[in-house]
Amino acid sequence: MKKFNIVVLAKQVPDTRNVGKDAMKADGTVNRGALPAIFNPEDLHALEQALRIKDKYPDAIVTIMTMGPARAAEIIREGLYRGADRGYLLTDRKFAGSDTLATSYVLALGIKQLFPVDIVIAGRQAIDGDTAQVGPQVADKLNLPQVTYAEEVLSMEKGKIIVKRRLERGVETVEAPMPVVLTVHSSAPACRSRNARLLMKYKHAKSVSELQEMSEDYIQLQKDRPYLLIEEWGASNISADTENLGLSGSPTKVRKIENVVFKAKESKVLSSDDEDINGLIKELIENHTIG
Amino acid sequence: MNNVFVYCEIEEGKVADVSLELLTKGRSLANQLKCRLEAVVAGSKLDGVEKQINPYGADVIHIAEDKSLYPYKTLPHAKIVKEVFQKEKPCIGLFGATSVGRDLAPRIASVLKCGLTADCTALEIGDHTDNKTGKEYKNLLYQIRPAFGGNILATIINPETRPQLATVREGVMKKEEVTGNHNAELKKVDAAGLLSEEDFIVEIIERHIEPRKVNIANSNIIVAGGYGVGSKENFALLFQLADVLGGEVAGSRAAVDSGFVEHARQVGQTGVTVRPKLYIACGISGQIQHRAGMDQSAMIISINDDPGAPINQIADYSVIGDLNEIIPKMIKYYKKNSK
Repeated sequence: MKKFNIVVLAKQVPDTRNVGKDAMKADGTVNRGALPAIFNPEDLHALEQALRIKDKYPDAIVTIMTMGPARAAEIIREGLYRGADRGYLLTDRKFAGSDTLATSYVLALGIKQLFPVDIVIAGRQAIDGDTAQVGPQVADKLNLPQVTYAEEVLSMEKGKIIVKRRLERGVETVEAPMPVVLTVHSSAPACRSRNARLLMKYKHAKSVSELQEMSEDYIQLQKDRPYLLIEEWGASNISADTENLGLSGSPTKVRKIENVVFKAKESKVLSSDDEDINGLIKELIENHTIG
Repeated sequence: MNNVFVYCEIEEGKVADVSLELLTKGRSLANQLKCRLEAVVAGSKLDGVEKQINPYGADVIHIAEDKSLYPYKTLPHAKIVKEVFQKEKPCIGLFGATSVGRDLAPRIASVLKCGLTADCTALEIGDHTDNKTGKEYKNLLYQIRPAFGGNILATIINPETRPQLATVREGVMKKEEVTGNHNAELKKVDAAGLLSEEDFIVEIIERHIEPRKVNIANSNIIVAGGYGVGSKENFALLFQLADVLGGEVAGSRAAVDSGFVEHARQVGQTGVTVRPKLYIACGISGQIQHRAGMDQSAMIISINDDPGAPINQIADYSVIGDLNEIIPKMIKYYKKNSK
């Protein structure tokens, strides 16, 4: 039986439903430390697709890969509880401030370390940026074809994968040769829950930096059970070129941030006078509510 | 060189509305930058496609025609656009934020190593001074977009790299024909010469595209009417306002039950739930069942002759008066104030 090597790209994201006042730093980048962090929802759909392949081909290896700060190890553990086999955390101060181009550069180099890979599966987009760019950009960097908006993997035979895509106004079924990059749409099945047995197995899984703050007993436990180690890779482990990393590798810059959430909701009462209507329209144009 | 480019999406022989909207925006950006507006079209049977594009003022249309180029596939279209962009060196490249544009643009940004901003809600030209280096940049594209689940509005720039790429959703920009006759120069792209077997390794086995339906859930701007609008004829005013603002018309259950609008447009507990950027409630009292379908809207304007209507409690602006008088004024002042 074919031993598919599957990499799931996942991101730990700030829960944008609970954004606080200190959410942004002065330089316009996100202050992730101040926000509750969750497994990006569509990446969970991506994980489910990978696990379904593993259900069908039990020899498949499902690897979760994420780029982020040390605490992003949390989502790798979450993935292990649900059925992933192992995880890699790409973490380095040099990665901070990356836009999608710099992020895809790092992820592509990380994936290359695991070659030969058959399928890379990512969520379509992350809820903090909603760009949907990293998946296709990883595909480009790896010089692989992409199938975006995947809803269901229909078959994987003879080196080809058949995938149903969900488009805005319809569906498309495509056949692509592997290796391939898929990005999974939110209409795909939701991820299975944590498995109690796996939760017990992996609850002490720690990344290298987490272990540094742990007791001797813990370190011994990791030595006895090597599968509990979440590997961390920095820029040097993936032979990254520093100028392509972080802010210097990111062509997009944030010029300005306007907070739209904390405006008090006060109701203004207007009349049908020309002056009132003109003022209203001007305000709507100024705050970009209308174009 | 250094012109504004718009990738024109083709669906069933027609240039997509979002592309025409981008041409309109591109025309005004090009005017501001004193450069040309160029369109890129890739597809099959493109005879006469320029007739659809000319009214929107493109100066040049790059046409890549080959039977393999329709329907859209990532790799061949990415190669065509990449080749055109590498040769022509645009300053700006615009794509629809559709399942095509959002599949294609990131690949182009990756291969050209340039910046891309998704789902922009406004595009403007402006200058920038880098705080750290003090370096000044003239005439950058300000790419304005909501981020963080709509909690912030960010202005993104690409100071150093070109082209500056952006995607924009359908209905965000307005589509407007230019005055006078416009005949673009047509430039053929040698599609057959550029493409090779490796660009066609992904095959489309089956494809079902549904006809365009009313979809109020995806609209950024909704002009909704209730029983207070009075008649089907009066709803025409709401359609006019929605049209100039680039939005959709919706109705309350009472308006649908009275036959003023069709059921597909019903907002509320028994209809569609919407959360647009702007919800204009005209002659809607605001029963709880209706509010359940729209109270997550980013901004709510109520137009009602009853100051005590419950809708006013959740509205950001309550305009008190006759909607037949107020809506035409809104259209008039929108036309006057928008660029």
